[in-house]
Amino acid sequence: MQPAFEYASGFPTLLRKEIKRFYKVAFQTVAAPVLTAVLYLMIFGHVLEGKVMVYDQISYSAFLIPGLVMMSVLQNAFANTSSSLIQSKLTGNLVFVLLAPITHFEFYSAYVLASVFRGVVVGLGVLLITLFFDMPSFQYPLWIILFAFLGAAILGGMGLLGGILAEKFDQLAAFQNFLIMPATMLSGVFYSIHSLPAIWQTISHFNPFFYMIDGFRYGFFGISDVSPWTSLAIVGIFFVVISVIALRLLQSGYKLRN
Amino acid sequence: MIPAISAEHISKRFGKLQALSDVSLRIEQGEFFGLLGPNGAGKTTLISILAGLSKADSGLATVMGADVQLDFMKSRRMLGVVPQELVFDPFFTVRETLRFQSGYFGVRNNDDWIDEIMVHLDLTSKANSNMRSLSGGMKRRVLVAQALVHRPPVIVLDEPTAGVDVELRQSLWKFISRLNQDGHTIVLTTHYLEEAEALCQRIAMLKQGKLVALDTTSNLLERHRALQKNTGHEPDLEEVFMQIMSDQSGAIKNTPPIGQA
Repeated sequence: MQPAFEYASGFPTLLRKEIKRFYKVAFQTVAAPVLTAVLYLMIFGHVLEGKVMVYDQISYSAFLIPGLVMMSVLQNAFANTSSSLIQSKLTGNLVFVLLAPITHFEFYSAYVLASVFRGVVVGLGVLLITLFFDMPSFQYPLWIILFAFLGAAILGGMGLLGGILAEKFDQLAAFQNFLIMPATMLSGVFYSIHSLPAIWQTISHFNPFFYMIDGFRYGFFGISDVSPWTSLAIVGIFFVVISVIALRLLQSGYKLRN
Repeated sequence: MIPAISAEHISKRFGKLQALSDVSLRIEQGEFFGLLGPNGAGKTTLISILAGLSKADSGLATVMGADVQLDFMKSRRMLGVVPQELVFDPFFTVRETLRFQSGYFGVRNNDDWIDEIMVHLDLTSKANSNMRSLSGGMKRRVLVAQALVHRPPVIVLDEPTAGVDVELRQSLWKFISRLNQDGHTIVLTTHYLEEAEALCQRIAMLKQGKLVALDTTSNLLERHRALQKNTGHEPDLEEVFMQIMSDQSGAIKNTPPIGQA
């Protein structure tokens, strides 16, 4: 007996499911991170406004806004894939995806694209609300879009890696709190690395998150700590590396098909 | 005709545990086949290998002629699996769950069939209920429905009636029997041996990862009857099962599949 259907790809459904998953709890997955970013702006902007001038002619609040937007994009892209995968693994419902004829590439693309979508939605939310406080310029919108999407895709891929490797929630929390969070906070969200001592400037150049935020900020102000092309090259290579590792793990079924 | 399921010399080890040891069996299209054995015998491991959830250390497994590793896109489309664990996605309703499952298999605009499955499994009134709000029995029905959304020719039910009430069991077997009559191949694992005896045409028994019996249900019963030396006692499958499991020889009792015997 043969089945009665013409089959299409399972990718669009998996993507839709992943988007719908975070949409169903949007208060937690979208509204809460927007509020957190706005609080950062209110507190740091109020305390440091007029006392810190990072770039000439640009207020500290305006400088801070792109960093906060990008930080929100990155953290939420990571949270989306990592939390979805670890929950599905631990509750066992990942079996429904694993039983389906979905390739490792489709699996990776659906999870990462959904994380990009959530990251961008949260980032837009942060941007819209922070515009009430100060208005950064939008010098090169294409650079803004490019770095937002690439950064979100990288963190989505890293979230997928975290979800695959972690066997318990606290292992994933360690990944998030001891790797993602410090790398994001020390990437130049709140400052230019030129204001740091030389040793920390050097160390910052080994942090790929720095290039994501610096390139993103270049799109707003046309000013950056390093050339946006350098940032693009490093971020692009980082994306390829993360994707290759994640795809290899998915293809082998490591910690998923066992 | 290509077999619905073929396993050739399948072995699988988890650390020190030999979960499956050189298991070979062939299930023909249209059969209602029972896969029996005590806990830890390797039934779920074998099903996992067939479904692509686990990889055999050695051997070849096919579903409707498609290698479960090399041609997994085809083999998975041919297979519907009802998992043993009562798992569900707490974010979605019953209808959303079934639509997603259908979409994962690339079957779009499938609401007519989804509605029909829900009618047969008495799920229609729960279509818009969140999965979290369902009772255990209802969740079990949804698991069965999920395995059927893409109309697979081969359906594997891994202990589908564990912990469910009599009413669901009866409606489930009625529906599954109808699917079998329509040409679907059914593979059943269960600890309720009276169900296997009533439904399965052929039965395989696993013990500690080894295949220790493979025969028609009637032959298994007849052989046991002969061992009773004409005492007039009519054995049931439970007695046959207990006798085979206590047999230390490990010899495989094998006959050709239904239709070829």
